[in-house]
Amino acid sequence: MPLQSLDIIRRSATTLPEPEVRGAYTGEVAKLIDTTKCIGCKACQVACMEWNDLRDDIGTCTGHYDNPHDLSEASWTLMRFTEYENPKGDLEWLIRKDGCMHCEDPGCLKACPSPGAIVQYANGIVDFQEENCIGCGYCVTGCPFDVPRISKKDKKAYKCTLCSDRVAVGLEPACVKACPTGAIVFGTKEDMKQHAEERIEDLKTRGFDQAGVYDPAGVGGTHVMYVLHHADQPALYAGLPKNPKISPTVQLWKGATKPLALFAMAATAALGFLHYIGIGPNETDETDEDAARRELEKAP
Amino acid sequence: MSARDADDIVRYTAGTRINHWIVAISFVLLALSGLALFHPALFWLTNLFGGGPWTSILHPFIGCVMVAVFILLGMKMWQDNYLQHRDWLWLKKSKDVVMNREENLPDVGRYNAGQKLLFFTIVVCLIVLILSGIVIWRIYFSALFPIAVIRFASLLHAFFAFVLICAIIVHIYAAIWVKGSIRAMTRGRVSPGWAWKHHRAWFREVTKGLQHK
Repeated sequence: MPLQSLDIIRRSATTLPEPEVRGAYTGEVAKLIDTTKCIGCKACQVACMEWNDLRDDIGTCTGHYDNPHDLSEASWTLMRFTEYENPKGDLEWLIRKDGCMHCEDPGCLKACPSPGAIVQYANGIVDFQEENCIGCGYCVTGCPFDVPRISKKDKKAYKCTLCSDRVAVGLEPACVKACPTGAIVFGTKEDMKQHAEERIEDLKTRGFDQAGVYDPAGVGGTHVMYVLHHADQPALYAGLPKNPKISPTVQLWKGATKPLALFAMAATAALGFLHYIGIGPNETDETDEDAARRELEKAP
Repeated sequence: MSARDADDIVRYTAGTRINHWIVAISFVLLALSGLALFHPALFWLTNLFGGGPWTSILHPFIGCVMVAVFILLGMKMWQDNYLQHRDWLWLKKSKDVVMNREENLPDVGRYNAGQKLLFFTIVVCLIVLILSGIVIWRIYFSALFPIAVIRFASLLHAFFAFVLICAIIVHIYAAIWVKGSIRAMTRGRVSPGWAWKHHRAWFREVTKGLQHK
């Protein structure tokens, strides 16, 4: 590895620590997406394509503003549009920039069976290392936000990197750079939380009593956060989960099951060995052959 | 007990033996590739299959082969594996089984109760494994299923694979333990004494009417 990062705090399917001497001493990073400031211009999508050199296939119109209509291996971020009629009877256009949430406790990384295909840096970014990806799709199974996509072409998993390459050299992610309204901001997680609080205070004075920040505790918090007008109903925003967490099924599958099952298999084999040593094989000897012969002889 | 004793009894025909060994080899490949993706400590086993991506590509296809071939073997063996009253008596005396005190056990037919239970364990495991395996076969099928089903299938697949691996460890050990059994599946023949000792009811059945000299 010519450029060591020395700041990998979690690595998929790895049982010993990685080189992690270098910490995020200036603070973990976070991207704050303020849905109340978003105008749905899709500049973030364009910036993402441009910086990452991605060009998705031209899709078809599904009668919806979402374009493309879903995340894909070449569309790592996507504005999802929802028309919501509030109790007052007014129309609200809720726009959420979807993409990887960079969970503090990433379900994809927990589920991944391939060592080093998914890593988490000290600054909180969760990154796929596609050269180690085996294409099994377990990250899709593990993700509480339905983010990773497996490429049809190369059978590797892709998602937003939070521009880990830009962040590593002190730049903000491309989508942040491109956003014309300041709806996407980037900084330390602490600063972003503080900024969110200021925004929420402002929104509350404008009649959005339920305004709040989306930083779900079930996944240990996220390094991509939202400011929502209706933080009490995140599902309004194209199905944003209210209490996302790594599914208990995945926890069980990837948790206690693994060491216990290995132990039980080894124990089964060991019992066999001990039986052979302690009690010994069951052999057929001449007495048995004689008995069989006698029985054949007396047979009618 | 030479390999070509004239008194030998045929236990498995060449077809059954070949069938068994295709199932067995598929199982070994599946267990190795599956364990490689099950626990990080065993990921190195992917090297046997040409690396991680090849392991995840090959595993489901080998699974299809195993299930298809086992169906043939299972149909052949199904009728001999019905559990009967004497099988429960045999199971109750499992201590005598383990201690090699076969004189205390009821007469055994073509298969003993342990073998029958193993047979149905394999049948159940393979049904669950092929169904859950299809659900988690990402490239072709996973998109057809909701995420909760995929998660549950992943857990089921791991659990039943674990049960099957333990069952096959027992199966392999039993073959090592009861001398003469491996020869039955490699050469197809057993000595009369072996059949008399371990499968007396079957011995009487196959030798019925055979006047010895």
